[in-house]
Amino acid sequence: MIRFDQVSKRYADGHDALSDVSLEIRHGELLVLAGHSGAGKSTLIKLLAGLERPTAGRVWVNDQDVGGLRPNQMPYLRRSLGLVMQEHRLLTDRTVFDNVMLPLLVTGYPPGDAERRVHAALEKVGLKGFGGAMPLTLSGGEQQRAAIARAIVNRPSILIADEPTAHLDPAYAREIAALFRAFHAAGVTILLATHDETLFSPYGARRIELAQGRLLA
Amino acid sequence: MTHTLFLHQLALRGAFSRLVARPLASLLSALVVAIALSLPALGLVLVDNVGRLARGVSGKPEISVFLKTGTSEAAARALGEQLRADARIASQRFVPRDEALRQLSARGGFADVAGTLEENPLPDAFVIEPHGDDPADFEAIRVSLAAKPQVDYVQLDSAWVERLHAAVGLGRWCMYVLAGLLGAALVIVSFNTIRLQILTQRHEIAVSLLLGATRSFVRRPFLYFGLLQGLLGGVVAWGIVALLLWQIAPRIEAFARSYSIVLDLAGPGPAGVAALLAFAALLGWLGAGLSVRRHLHDGPID
Repeated sequence: MIRFDQVSKRYADGHDALSDVSLEIRHGELLVLAGHSGAGKSTLIKLLAGLERPTAGRVWVNDQDVGGLRPNQMPYLRRSLGLVMQEHRLLTDRTVFDNVMLPLLVTGYPPGDAERRVHAALEKVGLKGFGGAMPLTLSGGEQQRAAIARAIVNRPSILIADEPTAHLDPAYAREIAALFRAFHAAGVTILLATHDETLFSPYGARRIELAQGRLLA
Repeated sequence: MTHTLFLHQLALRGAFSRLVARPLASLLSALVVAIALSLPALGLVLVDNVGRLARGVSGKPEISVFLKTGTSEAAARALGEQLRADARIASQRFVPRDEALRQLSARGGFADVAGTLEENPLPDAFVIEPHGDDPADFEAIRVSLAAKPQVDYVQLDSAWVERLHAAVGLGRWCMYVLAGLLGAALVIVSFNTIRLQILTQRHEIAVSLLLGATRSFVRRPFLYFGLLQGLLGGVVAWGIVALLLWQIAPRIEAFARSYSIVLDLAGPGPAGVAALLAFAALLGWLGAGLSVRRHLHDGPID
């Protein structure tokens, strides 16, 4: 489902973020990508989402070579992924409901169905009744849950999260971890980049570790 | 409703929301568009009115044949017979010199001058109306009449109309050039407005692209915004033209009357209004299109 074939990424400033990384994530798997800050976790996720292109090697998502996709093909790849970035990236001038609706709007989803899906996604992440709230009035954990609702509203087969529990207190972090566990149980393939891997170890996740851009054995 | 139509409706709604969300800024931008467009639009309306007057006059060309001073009544009558027999001439009318002086005295501004004359300096004349509308035929008639022994001078009265036609053409051309230059300025205004919008909505654009929005999806609301802003400017420009015309028309008509010219100024017709609105909308859309092309074209996602 997801495959990295000897992928390297060097940024314009000469920094080697990833070096010769090869890995495979199977359908329905929950993979925890561990490593310290600057280990290359975010770069790996950006390569998956087509936000960066590899300097060498190939990244495959659902049999598509991400690096070989044309710019006009990239949106269709991103629609098959649920992305939760480190900063929640909610639009602060729109309600939680409108934020969660956004992925459906960009794909031109019929309004009636879209509204039903948004309500379902908000309920799934425990934000039922919060649709009319503005993001900045929510707690950090609630904002992260809104971002997760936005990532799952399209019902993606792959969910990718970059440090989803960063900046959250332990109680909120456990709630978020439980959410990902629930999605995994529903059959979603999940890749979690985190420096707090202990949160996910009770859920039988496979663990790999990056250090200085290299995959540790 | 098809998928594409739904996306366009969404973009149009978004653009309209942005337009009404900042009413003062939108109104000021529309005023800039309107003021720039109203000048050439008003100029074209006035030029068109003068052009209509010229067309009306040129439909009845007249040739004035002035006889030599001292031409006898018999010689004048003989010339009249020749004119009546000429197949190229539709009608002819003899104007005795006394009647010509009376007409001159009756015309505004000449009464005092005519009163001071010791004797009538005007000659007898024939006013003829030729067949057809070919200026070359009129000229041929003028040349043949000028060769008659009784004739002192032949004046083709359509000459001034031709000059008026040329002046109207030049005026219209100048207005088109002015509209083009001001239109280019409006494209720049629209370009800059959209550039600022893209800057302020950079975060939203980046998030939308991250969630799978196509570049077209992101561009579309800006294009519609430019189009709506131009259209609004066009509507205001139309209002300004109508207001100015309402104010200026009686003054121009009074001025024309002092030259014995009956001028009934008309505003732009439905086709003219539609052209003005389409031109304004097109300029807005063009500026927006250039701006999104410049600022969104394959740009990175923040």
